[in-house]
Amino acid sequence: MSSTRSTSALLYLSGVTVSFDGFKALNNLSLLVEPGEMRAIIGPNGAGKTTMMDVVTGKTRPDTGEVVFDGRADLTKLDEASIATLGIGRKFQKPTVFENHTVRDNLVLALAGLRKWHSLLLAAPTKAENDRLAEILSIIRMEEQQHMLGARLSHGQKQWLEIGMLLAQDPKLLLVDEPVAGMTDVETETTAQVLREINKTHSVVVVEHDMSFVRALGVKVTVLHEGSMLAEGTLDQVSADQRVVEVYLGR
Amino acid sequence: MITRFLWRGMDRNVRLFVLLVLAIGIALPLLNQLVPPGSPFHVPAWLMQLMGKYLCYALLALAVDLVWGFCGILSLGHGAFFALGGYCMGMYLMRQIGSRGVYGNPLLPDFMVFLNYKELPWFWYGFNHFWFAMIMVVVVPSLLALALGWFAFRSRVTGVYLSIITQAMTFALMLAFFRNDMGLGGNNGMTDFKEILGFSVQADGTRAALYFASAVALALGLVISAAIVGSRFGKALTAVRDAESRMRFLGYRVEGYKLFVFVLSAAMAGVAGALYVPQVGIINPSEFSPANSIEAVLWVAVGGRGTMIGPVIGAIIVNFGKTWLTGALPEVWLFALGALFIVVTLLLPKGVVGLWGQIKARSQAKKARAPA
Repeated sequence: MSSTRSTSALLYLSGVTVSFDGFKALNNLSLLVEPGEMRAIIGPNGAGKTTMMDVVTGKTRPDTGEVVFDGRADLTKLDEASIATLGIGRKFQKPTVFENHTVRDNLVLALAGLRKWHSLLLAAPTKAENDRLAEILSIIRMEEQQHMLGARLSHGQKQWLEIGMLLAQDPKLLLVDEPVAGMTDVETETTAQVLREINKTHSVVVVEHDMSFVRALGVKVTVLHEGSMLAEGTLDQVSADQRVVEVYLGR
Repeated sequence: MITRFLWRGMDRNVRLFVLLVLAIGIALPLLNQLVPPGSPFHVPAWLMQLMGKYLCYALLALAVDLVWGFCGILSLGHGAFFALGGYCMGMYLMRQIGSRGVYGNPLLPDFMVFLNYKELPWFWYGFNHFWFAMIMVVVVPSLLALALGWFAFRSRVTGVYLSIITQAMTFALMLAFFRNDMGLGGNNGMTDFKEILGFSVQADGTRAALYFASAVALALGLVISAAIVGSRFGKALTAVRDAESRMRFLGYRVEGYKLFVFVLSAAMAGVAGALYVPQVGIINPSEFSPANSIEAVLWVAVGGRGTMIGPVIGAIIVNFGKTWLTGALPEVWLFALGALFIVVTLLLPKGVVGLWGQIKARSQAKKARAPA
């Protein structure tokens, strides 16, 4: 098995299997995400959605299978930090901002660029960085709160800050885990708009339960079931698929 | 805006505190040397020596706080780094004794003559030079921290497991240093020092200088720690403390951050130990005792974890209490220590330094309610 294989896909998973104590969280999963694409991944609980994200971001090592990013990087051999540096950003289901840091400092930490400990010791903010911070603060509409501690933000504000952090990180591929959990209908609609906006310049993979949200995104959908791909296509196509209906309703 | 103001205020506080440490560092020796005994302003040598000891403890506490308070690494083995620095200084002081020892051997320290050593062990070479010993004071604890940290942080050993490893490390070192064939004085350790840089260690003038050096070392430690914590590195460091895996997903190689502060902190502890030994006049394996390391953590907790001033105040308060209680009611000390730990954990999560903020917040809340 060659570690670098050429593929036009931005993210290429082939035959990925992960088992925990005999339970196969992912079972021979294959998936292709093209550059510039936005993909929604749905599936019932335990279908392996989060495990797939863990494999891509280096948190979990697959037992077998290939995971290739950008046609050359073998993600199964890299750790979280290297994968993040390659350009894969992740937004967690629960918003995780740094609670003891200000909004601005949260963004500074996420800002693409300096990551090594020795380069940070004497680092001073550059004009380019300050401009970028101002830009992001205005996109997420948090200029007023920029000196507020992360712990004092509301749930919604934390979600926005986390999206701001992803923008600061400027990854090629964004993995977004259940972005609208616990949101109102209006917030859900706004989040879909924001993701579509982000998708203009970034590739995005969204894992979500909420069907109306997936419909609002209007993108290609992959259905996972018991660690494998069950169906792929538009939301209408997969909804018409008999096996998908059984998985969702037939229990 | 308020938080920013507070941060700035904190920086000013640290600056003032550093000046205070230096002022006390200058004032006490002057009051000892220039004011004649009998004057109410005369500072006796014993008090200066006691304060010098406390300043060394304060530097150790600051070192513990740097890793625990700002990076979340609860080290229960910092006493080992302190003791190693002390041993390096002790080896220098032993070699300064020369032929004035009981056995009068010009090369071998007394305990080696007593144990029938024929020649100086290899690791004693160079310690007759002050500069060499001073380099070793920093290098030996740093290397140990580097080795331990390298393996532990790479393997992602965190939390209580890391604490246990550090505790085991100091315990193992204690057992090793107790052995006579280590060539480091065995259970008696090293004592009966005569001179440091040609000055008698017993002389008041030398004591004053050592005390002053301790104050300078503490001030320097504070300035370095504050600069690190205040930098962008410091922001990343506290972020590692609060959400380590999040930092990894942002692309930070967390191990490097931890290793840097752990090694720096070990070096600070080593310097503290080196200043401690000539002031107390002895170094023996009991300095490696696990209880010492735990006590150092307690000083930080009492003073205020994650603050610059807290560990210094905590170390001085607790050790003052220890000196007083072990003199007045020796059997009560350990109970008092235990009680202190419980009280601090339950009532003062941010230590004595945090108490000020708690009182202020309460009075403000009262004021806010009053007009209604």
